[in-house]
Amino acid sequence: MADQFQLSSASLDALFTALQGDGRRILAPTDRDGRTELNPVQTLGQVARDYVQTALSAKETVFPKVEQLLSYSMAPGQVELVDAEPRALPTVLFGIRPCEAGGFAALDAVFNWDTRDRFFNARMEQLAIIGVACTRKDDACFCTSVGGGPGSTRGSDILLTPAAGGFLAQVLTDKGRAIQALAPELFAPAAGLAAPLAEVPAAFDHAALTARLPELFDSPIWDDQALRCLGCGACAFVCPACVCFDIQEEADKKAGRRLRAWDSCGFAMFTLHASGHNPRPAQGARWRQRVYHKFATYPDRYGMLGCVGCGKCTRACPVDMNLQEHLTQAMAPVES
Amino acid sequence: MDLIEKAEQLLQSGDVKAVLGFEAGTGGTRRPAFARRPGQARRLVFDDACVQNLASYVTRKETRRLGKVAVAARPGALRALLQLMAERQIQEQDVLPLAVDAAGQVAELPTAQAIEEHLALEPGPVSARDRELLDRLGKLSRAERWAFWQGELGRCVKCYACRNSCPMCYCEHCTMDCNRPQWVPVPSHALGNLEYHMVRAMHLAGRCVQCGDCGRACPVGIPIHLLTFNAEETVHAQFGQRAGASAKLDYALSTFRPDDKETFIR
Repeated sequence: MADQFQLSSASLDALFTALQGDGRRILAPTDRDGRTELNPVQTLGQVARDYVQTALSAKETVFPKVEQLLSYSMAPGQVELVDAEPRALPTVLFGIRPCEAGGFAALDAVFNWDTRDRFFNARMEQLAIIGVACTRKDDACFCTSVGGGPGSTRGSDILLTPAAGGFLAQVLTDKGRAIQALAPELFAPAAGLAAPLAEVPAAFDHAALTARLPELFDSPIWDDQALRCLGCGACAFVCPACVCFDIQEEADKKAGRRLRAWDSCGFAMFTLHASGHNPRPAQGARWRQRVYHKFATYPDRYGMLGCVGCGKCTRACPVDMNLQEHLTQAMAPVES
Repeated sequence: MDLIEKAEQLLQSGDVKAVLGFEAGTGGTRRPAFARRPGQARRLVFDDACVQNLASYVTRKETRRLGKVAVAARPGALRALLQLMAERQIQEQDVLPLAVDAAGQVAELPTAQAIEEHLALEPGPVSARDRELLDRLGKLSRAERWAFWQGELGRCVKCYACRNSCPMCYCEHCTMDCNRPQWVPVPSHALGNLEYHMVRAMHLAGRCVQCGDCGRACPVGIPIHLLTFNAEETVHAQFGQRAGASAKLDYALSTFRPDDKETFIR
């Protein structure tokens, strides 16, 4: 059981000051031009209230949409190669939801699978997460179906739960304790009652889904479901657990740089071979890949799901490819 | 006859292989739906919340594979279908557009002429709100407008939701996906984003049917439709024609006429 404390709003604001005094930037959801998105903040007052989710995920703090890996220049008889250094700023991610905090484990599974990715790890080492439990949800949320919950502590270094006058704080990790140590006087003994958390009924049994997927591989449901899919990358790019990237070389005859950029299995180009053959020739195969990677490959290879049930993909999809609904349908593929 | 009855009838008779319409989506929204069997027609709804331009599905190979489809079409989709005919991407017999009136009654629009006559009764495509946004942008200085778009495009993640939802972005091999050579940088950095949206706006100039789906599709809320809307307005001002008005429309930017008002081209 993690250590529990009470943090008043004033104490939390003071903690923000202490964190900045310690040289850390604070990224938090803010309301700007009608959008809730992660931005640097200085005070608690700048943090959005009453949001369910940001549109993009917090993964960009450790896995940005584009980053330079190396650069090189060439002259007759010589090549100069320069490794890029990760830009890893000491950062506190404040106010992200428990689902998103849990998403970092799915990124870690790939970035530390065989080779330890120094860009990802440099940023993770500098990152601490103060999650905030959910008292609200919307129709896209399904964390409880994938092993999470509105008060899940997974991935957070400190988890706050709204309570009268402020928050209850669970200090969960060494990184969390290091934050507490910056201003221990702000963390009062837990007294008040936490606000009731959002009720997110489980929609499907993920273990049963994982067990069933192998037999559904050739089912027509994937083509049927994917008829509506436009094949864009919105779902993958907002996903806190989607980790696929493309390596791009931007070069001329004398110099160049190598970049890593987000990619998506929903794109037709994703598996296009140089020969012109595409093993996933239609959107149904690509949609199936998205589902299988998260709910079959991830459990098989990493012992966890590649989905945290945040519902960002559902909210971002221009044509409402509701993931929870499609997975529920896969568990009972009966069509009229 | 209402849409559900019409869809059942069309699917029962085999006149079409699918009826492309809308169904209830997450949180009271409407989303595209394919009814492929008479029993699936019951899902269909049609109201003001149905905004997606369904014409973008008509040219997808997954849809073409089904055979002839009927489309429960909003005006934006009808304009797109006409423009697709003008660009010889579909023929009249490939698609059966269905217009649904305020009372929910359905009329078949089996010919381009029928679509044109139906659209002639509809108000112009650009909403008052978008007109206001365009005017506001138009009044900015170049430097201010540049700053506005730099800010907006800085948030782009290059997911291509705008391209893929666009009924006129039907190219099976988009310039963005050409990698031998790679014309436009793939990563979502400043140059990659800017070049992508510039190219797309220019490719849509004179072809944009102003449905606004690109702007609606954007997951990060960039009003990207204003770029192509503006390009379309410019073409209209210069050449006096609008994309989606007729199935016989010469593309303004690639059509030579001996009586062109510009002397340099003659």
